Amino acid sequence: MRRVAVVGVGMTKFGVLADKSLREMAFEAFKEALEDANLAPKDIESVYTAINADHFSSQVSPGASVMEYLGLNPKPNIRIEAACASSSAAIRLAWLDVASGLHDIALALGVEKMNEAGRTTAEIIQFMGTGGDITWENHYGPTFPGFYAIFAINHMHKYGTTKEQLAMVAVKNHYYGAMNPKAHFQREITLEQALKSPMISYPLQLYDCCPISDGAACAILASEDVAKKISDTPIWITGLGLGTSSVALHNREDYATIPGTVEAAKQAYKMARVEPRDVDVACVHDCFTIAEIMAYEDLGFCKKGEGGKLIEEKQTYIGGKIPVNVDGGLKAKGHPTGATGAAMTYEIVKQLRGEAGKRQVPNAEIGLTHNVGAHGTYVCVHIYRR
Amino acid sequence: MLSAPRYWREIRYRYRLIGSRCLKCGKIYFPRRLVCAVCGSRKLEDYKLSEKGKIKTFTVIRRSPPLGYEKNVPYVVAVVELEDGVNVLSQIVDVSPEEVKIGMPVELTFRKVRENGKEGIIEYGFKFRPIFE
Ligand SMILES: [Zn+2]
Repeated sequence: MRRVAVVGVGMTKFGVLADKSLREMAFEAFKEALEDANLAPKDIESVYTAINADHFSSQVSPGASVMEYLGLNPKPNIRIEAACASSSAAIRLAWLDVASGLHDIALALGVEKMNEAGRTTAEIIQFMGTGGDITWENHYGPTFPGFYAIFAINHMHKYGTTKEQLAMVAVKNHYYGAMNPKAHFQREITLEQALKSPMISYPLQLYDCCPISDGAACAILASEDVAKKISDTPIWITGLGLGTSSVALHNREDYATIPGTVEAAKQAYKMARVEPRDVDVACVHDCFTIAEIMAYEDLGFCKKGEGGKLIEEKQTYIGGKIPVNVDGGLKAKGHPTGATGAAMTYEIVKQLRGEAGKRQVPNAEIGLTHNVGAHGTYVCVHIYRR
Repeated sequence: MLSAPRYWREIRYRYRLIGSRCLKCGKIYFPRRLVCAVCGSRKLEDYKLSEKGKIKTFTVIRRSPPLGYEKNVPYVVAVVELEDGVNVLSQIVDVSPEEVKIGMPVELTFRKVRENGKEGIIEYGFKFRPIFE
């Protein structure tokens, strides 16, 4: 396998982007990445388009429609679906294309338009819920926030994690979101506000949940020879892990962990030859606050059960043991499902280049992305190094 | 939403909580399977699961329920560990949501699950209720 670097990244602002179509958002992210990499469209040899749901795009093969709009036909393209981890899965495949020697330059692009005129929040949440087992479980009305609430209450019961600790994750991520011009929510919140927000699915309140966002993000990957020629700041992909967990909750044994994360992390650390303590900055999948706390533990940033304590001690702020989601995370930056993994990569690349401005983690050398599909059905962990 | 025929296809198993047991390795499954995931054997028999268990984990759905469940909130969704060691996801009924706890003993009860589609076909299935001594 050849060494592979990220040579260009791009992303739109995340939010309710009422005036932009799926394809226009994709192009905007693509254009930024081309300029960032100093490449032309003709240089792209292979493309993976990540889109979570045909339900949102109302089109079968939405990735092909995006490919056409990018002006890259007739080059190779496949649409990738791994729920909310779709664009991390796309990066994995683009990496394989380049690492194997099949291509020298590949694009992984994720995009999602969840908000659409006439589509209600109830419809969107209903659809997200179909990521569960529709034959045996969904008719009991668990809902998507409900899956994570089921994990949260189990975590609280087992480890004494508190609702305040959950809310502290939201407070941190809004704190950093307020510094990120591309974030969906660019305002701080207080612990009191979070704890007073409406109860959605006990114990998760409104401020424990990420928003429903539109947006696109992408990364251009290149082989070592090409990367060294065209870039002064290549960011190397040194570890990749892909784990899975059952769709049905009845097939899980432990409800205070995401088994796919544990597996993906193990693979990625081994491949990159690093330990959790070597990671300088991480973007983890905080679709709900409990998801970030479980990620701290499942990724090895602290012992199992001590995730609540880690946020309470502010160890995941800049200056702490391991800064996490200093771009605002899914919670404040937003979660256009298909784009989320590529947007994590965008942040880590900026951090490792030292281009993160006010949110810069000093001297960050090793970065990690952790992207979860649905309630753990797919998990991608990638490790990056400058 | 799962169509009514797809729901009804499994009613024999839903109504009576019937799973499978592998005749070779003894592994018990719910829902039923045709091939054992552990040993690969195709020799599985229908197996009537225990009607008692305890709450392993749960949540109380208060807002943003699926479409058609608006009138049901708040309701309790739980993973119940049956005495056979098998987990099932279901609802806990006949109790106020505030009283539900992890570890609470529960037993099977047969209930209406939902109304499906424009015709409002009523689907029935298993739910659980606390056992109060
Ligand atoms: Zn067997």
